[in-house]
Amino acid sequence: MAKTIEAIVAGVRSGEIDPVALVDQHLKLIEENEPSTNAFITVLADHARQKAGEIASRVAAGDPVGRLAGVPVAVKDNLCLRGAPTTCASRILEHWHPPYDATVLSRLLAEDAIIVGKTNMDEFAMGSSTEHSARGPTHNPRDMTRVPGGSSGGSAAAVAARFAQAALGSDTGGSIRQPAAFCGVVGLKPTYGLVSRYGLVAFASSLDQVGPLAGSVADAALLLEIIAGHDHMDSTSLDAPAPRLAGQAADSAEGLSIGIVRELSDGADPEVKRRLDEAAESLERAGARVESCSIPEVSYALPAYYLLAPAEASSNLARYDGVRYGLRVNAADTPTMNARTRSVGFGAEVKRRIMLGTYALRAGYYDAYYGQAQRVRTLLIRAFDAAYERYDALLSPTAPTTAFRLKERVEDPIAMYLSDVCTIPSNLAGHPAISVPFGTGEAGMPVGVQVMAPALAEAVMVRVATILEQAAP
Amino acid sequence: MIGSAQDPEQAPVSREEVEQVALLCRLEIDDGEARELAAQMSAVLSHAAALLSLDTSGVDPTAHPLPLVNVLRTDEVRESLAQGDVLSQAPDVEAGRFRVPPVRRRQPEEP
Repeated sequence: MAKTIEAIVAGVRSGEIDPVALVDQHLKLIEENEPSTNAFITVLADHARQKAGEIASRVAAGDPVGRLAGVPVAVKDNLCLRGAPTTCASRILEHWHPPYDATVLSRLLAEDAIIVGKTNMDEFAMGSSTEHSARGPTHNPRDMTRVPGGSSGGSAAAVAARFAQAALGSDTGGSIRQPAAFCGVVGLKPTYGLVSRYGLVAFASSLDQVGPLAGSVADAALLLEIIAGHDHMDSTSLDAPAPRLAGQAADSAEGLSIGIVRELSDGADPEVKRRLDEAAESLERAGARVESCSIPEVSYALPAYYLLAPAEASSNLARYDGVRYGLRVNAADTPTMNARTRSVGFGAEVKRRIMLGTYALRAGYYDAYYGQAQRVRTLLIRAFDAAYERYDALLSPTAPTTAFRLKERVEDPIAMYLSDVCTIPSNLAGHPAISVPFGTGEAGMPVGVQVMAPALAEAVMVRVATILEQAAP
Repeated sequence: MIGSAQDPEQAPVSREEVEQVALLCRLEIDDGEARELAAQMSAVLSHAAALLSLDTSGVDPTAHPLPLVNVLRTDEVRESLAQGDVLSQAPDVEAGRFRVPPVRRRQPEEP
């Protein structure tokens, strides 16, 4: 059993674990296996060794060290870190060095985490397989012929391959949870507004949220506790104290009522469904009341998302115009320069979404597409509210299938989008959700079970997830 | 209302619409891309068609999952990014400002 963050930090503090040696172990794994995995866009080996050395000196001098002292963490390449490029896996930001740190990274560094690298992703987080990356696809460490999921596929692969103890990703429609499920790790999307988005490159601002990927529920919970909390640099940041999640006891599900969402499980592969049934049984054995439930409105989430997210993206990505940062392809006049820069700088999927979003937002069409999707979003939120009057948490597969093969879906946008059908509803509602590995399915690939909870109910969600983790085959 | 959004359900996206939208979002696309985008956008929109016929009369739109209110802070000077740091990332600068080519679109006959 791999060590938890808590055990590593205790070891570093007591002097039993040398942070430099620990970082070197991970860097050695990266050196050996990264060429075939392609989980990183930038490996920060020198930075990581230097930071580990500083921590070692402070421990030796008897100075206090943080709650993540010496813990190697990988971060998605849409999170800004001073001194390193932030590319979003796009040509348009290929050489961009952000002049500031994302709040979540400042918080990790303040607790003495060691950032070992910036991970590969679908360009601007638009995709479900990490194949839409200007830096080439990431491979799934469980089977190199398969995708790691996406868009935080590099972060999920980095944890699965033990390149890092844990990672940060971002989740707009499932981009933390779906790759976590595909790679057999834990992935947590927090309540919207719980974690600062300052320094997260924007994709769809009403949906984006930063969260952890880790080898265990406890590690994910601890990371969330550290990155959560109000930030005056993000106007959508909730002015509420960060939840206490780490070290919670979860030996019983007594008193919990849990619904299995039929509409999200009916379409899943038989082996995924079988694992979901086993997960439900394990919760029942732990004392929960578990029953099947119906929320028909979740069926509208995917089509609503594919109007809302591209619309917000088309607006957010208007900033890449070759004027202030990033790529410029020169031309005789500015409008031509803008268009040429964007056409060369963006990949096919990003262009597709900008086009779709612009289409849906056109004068005269706005209400029929974007406005209607926003009203459907309200219907979905109401349906969730009604369900959470009966249940403390909801259960579903994280994705309808296990990891598919590279190139299998990359030419078919609809098939690709369908892999997010179970994760998108929580983003539209702004609710937290977590994917927990629960056995394997087709070809021995990992299956993820998703636990969803109402806004700010991360504690209940983590409790259920911990029980599932302990019961997992 | 400009344009006619009357039949968003049926109408597949035409090449002309694709070209018009590309102009709006500042993308240069060639014939092949335009054809492909027309087909792919039509496919996604037909997937969304089920939404368009839902009765949502009297339902307020959700723009955001949180009840957002305007966030104000006290009017005090805080540290901000240094001008040099920001300009260091620009493709072209002059005298502390971003430099761009002429803003007016050049006509082909102009020198």
